[in-house]
Amino acid sequence: MTELASNGFDLVLAALILGAAVFAMSVRDLFGAVVFFIVYGVFVALAWLRLGAIDVALAEAALGAGLTGMLMIGAVARLARNTGPHGEDDSEEEAQPPVPSATPLAMRIPAMLAAAGVSVALGWAFLALTPAAGLRGPVADNLGASGVANPVTAVLLNFRGWDTLLESVVLLAALVGLWSLARDQDWGLRPGLRQHARANGVLATFGRLLPPFGLLLGIYLVWVGSYQPGGAFQGGTVLAAVWLLVMMAGLMPPPLVTSLRIRAVLVAGPLIFLAIGLIGALAGTFLGLPPAIAKPVTLLIEIALTLSIAATLALLVLGPPQSPLQLPSTPAAAS
Amino acid sequence: MLADTITVVFSAAGLLFFFAGTAGIIRFPDTLSRLHALTKADNVGLGLLIVGLAFQAPDWQSLGKLALIWVLALLAAGTTAQLVARSALSRRAPQAGPPAPLDEP
Repeated sequence: MTELASNGFDLVLAALILGAAVFAMSVRDLFGAVVFFIVYGVFVALAWLRLGAIDVALAEAALGAGLTGMLMIGAVARLARNTGPHGEDDSEEEAQPPVPSATPLAMRIPAMLAAAGVSVALGWAFLALTPAAGLRGPVADNLGASGVANPVTAVLLNFRGWDTLLESVVLLAALVGLWSLARDQDWGLRPGLRQHARANGVLATFGRLLPPFGLLLGIYLVWVGSYQPGGAFQGGTVLAAVWLLVMMAGLMPPPLVTSLRIRAVLVAGPLIFLAIGLIGALAGTFLGLPPAIAKPVTLLIEIALTLSIAATLALLVLGPPQSPLQLPSTPAAAS
Repeated sequence: MLADTITVVFSAAGLLFFFAGTAGIIRFPDTLSRLHALTKADNVGLGLLIVGLAFQAPDWQSLGKLALIWVLALLAAGTTAQLVARSALSRRAPQAGPPAPLDEP
């Protein structure tokens, strides 16, 4: 009976994922498409949970659905602000309530066909693979030498630490690329739009209530990543969300892009990771961690990575530094 | 066995409320009434669902986590509903600007 129930649940979940994906691509209104994309991300996180990949489910829910969704909502808002309802560029005109853009059918059909094609190809390739045991055995054999009890963390930070180092550098490069979009005269300012939250309003209260829980959860996710699902990326995303909330509630201004402190925090993660790797290279293996000190060194790398990831993700969402006079102040910006 | 029955009953009641809330979102005429359906019905539905799940919790920590989830969901839903409502009101009357504080929270 429970097997029937779990199979039924899986089938319904698969149908929901496909349905959300189809709706995300066929909805005409851009904002609606982004909302369906976020819903799709949540369903995929549930699917990862059903497959037993809890770390991936956490990362999908936090980064795939949450943070990417936020980035895309910001992009849609920016697009709506700079173009009229019919797509023409009227950034010089008087303020109007931002109208979400609509994608014409001619652009949506090729996108749907491409997505369907990739899905079919991936599904066929997956079904054509011969079932293999994978790397679970070798990872389990070497888990003791890695100093952590969670095999995913061991793979991410120890056995395949090279990939994680490159990932953190890519994040930093994305932020540098985003900041390079700022106009020359805006360079020394604070990133993102001016926040207009009322001083004692609902958002400000929320921004005072939530951060203690958020900080606790973020730090816990990083700490527990050594022996249970969790880790630097998941914890870092929660911390980024807390910082974003505090900034959006008007309780703290975003840092100046020229501030040395924020640059130190951004660079700390990849730099410490790279430094430890180079020290290991002097001893014989690049990014090699001797089993005796593996646990504290892994923890050090994780803490540095978490801080960098949190700062980078929050600044990515905020956007490049902007002069406040550049944008019309819409009533919708007031909260 | 009794715990399972209670869980099913409460979860079914919660699902009914979610259903009603979704029907409200689809059928109500404007943003503010849709927000009513969204927040009231969905929060009660979530509460009933969590009460139902509480009977399956193996220890006090899980119970505490479920209660914390409910409180956080309530907080988030309430805050976002207020913000969306304020934005909808000011979009309706853009000349008036943000409305006078008729509800100081």
